[in-house]
Amino acid sequence: MTDWSGPWPAEQDQPPWLIRGARLLGGAAADLLLAGGLIAEAGPAAAGSLPAGAQVLDATGLIALPGLVDLHTHLREPGREDAETVETGTAAAALGGFTAVHAMANTDPVADTAGVVEQIWRLGRRAGRCDVRPVGAVTTGLAGSRLAELGAMADSAARVRVFSDDGRCVSDAVLMRRALEYVKAFDGVIAQHAQEPRLTDGAQVNEGEMSGRLGLAGWPAVAEEAIIARDCLLAAHVGSALHVCHVSTAGSVEIIRWAKSKGWRVTAEVTPHHLLLTDDLVADYDPVYKVNPPLRTAADVAALRAGLADGTIDCVATDHAPHPVEAKETEWQVAAFGMTGLETALRAVQEAMVETGLLDWAGVADRMSVRPAVIGRLDGVGAELHGCPLVTGSPANLVLYDPAARDVVDPAAHASRSRNSPFAGMTLPGRVVATFLRGTPTVLDGKLAR
Amino acid sequence: MNRHLISAADLSRDDALLILDTAEELAQMADRPIRKLPTLRGRTVVNLFYEDSTRTRISFEAAAKRLSADVINFSAKGSSVAKGESLKDTALTLEAMGADAVVIRHSASGAPHRLAGWVRGSVVNAGDGAHEHPTQALLDAFTMRRRLGRLEGLRVAIVGDVLHSRVARSNVRLLRTLGAEVMLVAPPTLLPVAVGGWPCEVSYDLDAALPKADVVMMLRVQQERMNAAYFPTVREYSRRYGLDSRRMALLPEHAIIMHPGPMNRGVEIAADVADSVRSTIVEQVSNGVSVRMAVLYLLLGGSEAQR
Repeated sequence: MTDWSGPWPAEQDQPPWLIRGARLLGGAAADLLLAGGLIAEAGPAAAGSLPAGAQVLDATGLIALPGLVDLHTHLREPGREDAETVETGTAAAALGGFTAVHAMANTDPVADTAGVVEQIWRLGRRAGRCDVRPVGAVTTGLAGSRLAELGAMADSAARVRVFSDDGRCVSDAVLMRRALEYVKAFDGVIAQHAQEPRLTDGAQVNEGEMSGRLGLAGWPAVAEEAIIARDCLLAAHVGSALHVCHVSTAGSVEIIRWAKSKGWRVTAEVTPHHLLLTDDLVADYDPVYKVNPPLRTAADVAALRAGLADGTIDCVATDHAPHPVEAKETEWQVAAFGMTGLETALRAVQEAMVETGLLDWAGVADRMSVRPAVIGRLDGVGAELHGCPLVTGSPANLVLYDPAARDVVDPAAHASRSRNSPFAGMTLPGRVVATFLRGTPTVLDGKLAR
Repeated sequence: MNRHLISAADLSRDDALLILDTAEELAQMADRPIRKLPTLRGRTVVNLFYEDSTRTRISFEAAAKRLSADVINFSAKGSSVAKGESLKDTALTLEAMGADAVVIRHSASGAPHRLAGWVRGSVVNAGDGAHEHPTQALLDAFTMRRRLGRLEGLRVAIVGDVLHSRVARSNVRLLRTLGAEVMLVAPPTLLPVAVGGWPCEVSYDLDAALPKADVVMMLRVQQERMNAAYFPTVREYSRRYGLDSRRMALLPEHAIIMHPGPMNRGVEIAADVADSVRSTIVEQVSNGVSVRMAVLYLLLGGSEAQR
């Protein structure tokens, strides 16, 4: 059995790559020389010093961004390997331009011990397509009754810093307070799935015009906003870091804006689907549009975009939630919540934010790489360093993206084991051409490189 | 007409009137010594019932049999559903058996939409969750027209648990299509939050609504609402939103009282009101058979059938 806890496999031995003429963050074209896992040279001069054995990639017309970082991915392994595995999920991530993903804790067994988080971390290293950062459960078994061994997970080889009961809300105010306090000891952050459980008992769709029309139990915005407001106040009270998962309502954006104006340590994410889709789509009861939190209204979408543009919402996170066909090929009410998203995230963000003029490519890099890396504590020291600027000396984690491409999303072509993409049949801009993880290509010409 | 009847919104004004007129003709037949028509001979109608509803199932069964269709009753209890078969697999099974129409009753809103994607035959919604019950709305409209002679401009008060009521949703849509004016009367807890966008008026005050109503339709209060803080007590609900003889006296002389059944006597409707001459509750049941005959006839046999 190979020991995967040792030094990084053979990245130092990778042949160098010279990337020619990529537009760094959508700006001026430059060359990038990748060698020894790092960006050895960046700028117009790089071509002059082509080392022996270097491979050349013509990136004319492509945009270079730092490798994307997802704070919210469901890889389903262990337990639901029929929906996704670390192998297939990280393949999907690489194809989407990601070099690091945070694997949510709601696996079976739950990632609530050092043993499980280390297992997931090692599976990620073995797959070798992107860094897998396990998220630890806040409470044992996600049961919401007592704290999991957060310190043991933090001290494990997986070095967990983000903790979440995602899928369930830590609704007990005392438990949430203690969790926020406790993780201060190791610079952790609690990522909250904000959903007041009593207000959302049996909830199926956004409470509003559609829930009334369709006769489906409503998921009111206040159930999210009330928890966010409470948690912001708790984080301020104990001086800790709160991260709000998948913000979905206009009111949530307002509360987070207010909390940030106080200087409190509150960060937030929004999913690509909440930036692009509205609850009109549920009219035919197709469960591919069933997600938690639910798709909201056009006014919410506008507020989320504005919040992401002005930085109130720090980052985009996919909430990639693969499900097997039979979990969606059913009545709406019994269908699983969740959508895949890794392979469409950057394209959806281009459609929602760039084509609309709300963000430039430097802004996209900030919201999809730099800031999520900071929130996930991947900006410090150690091998798993992400969100770094595309300059000489940075780890060679980057994505080359063709913003001029445009085609119809076909989930059958996805590397994810599951097909529940809400963008199926939609035309989206963009194409991930290549992804590099510490100088090694994981994707070339839009296909897996290994 | 559409191939399916899933929502009252599927029906244009002409479609709805055609169903009501056809039902009227078919109703005449009920008085004849032989009540059977050969129209749907050789066609198969499946009653796929995931929820107990004896009255709706036998109404559809009687309707199909009077049109000479073969009827298969498939109920969730004692079938493969109890073993966890999916709706899709059940649909494919019915398809393989050659069902020309599937009448579906299901506790999940939208189940008929899903079913329609998996079978070639016509899907008739016999009630899906809190979504719709279009044949109930049709039989209600049929009953109103028979009693009051028109639908255009009729003022209909629908009273009670609108939030969870498929009957209310279908009636609001159909009555709007047919030119009636609907007022929903309920405690605020039992109205959808966005009810303001519905094509009807809304009131919290039953006493104020009654003097203007030509029709008052009482909705059943489900047992499970009674302990979920929608209202403080059953007694208080009954006092504020129940129809008793004092309130009945507030109605105009000609007004009728409807209930889709089954009733909670003493809760939303007092026994003497339910049994009064103004009550159409028993008529609604017999009208249901005629209306469902018309729906099956028009969906399955209408074009090629001999009258």
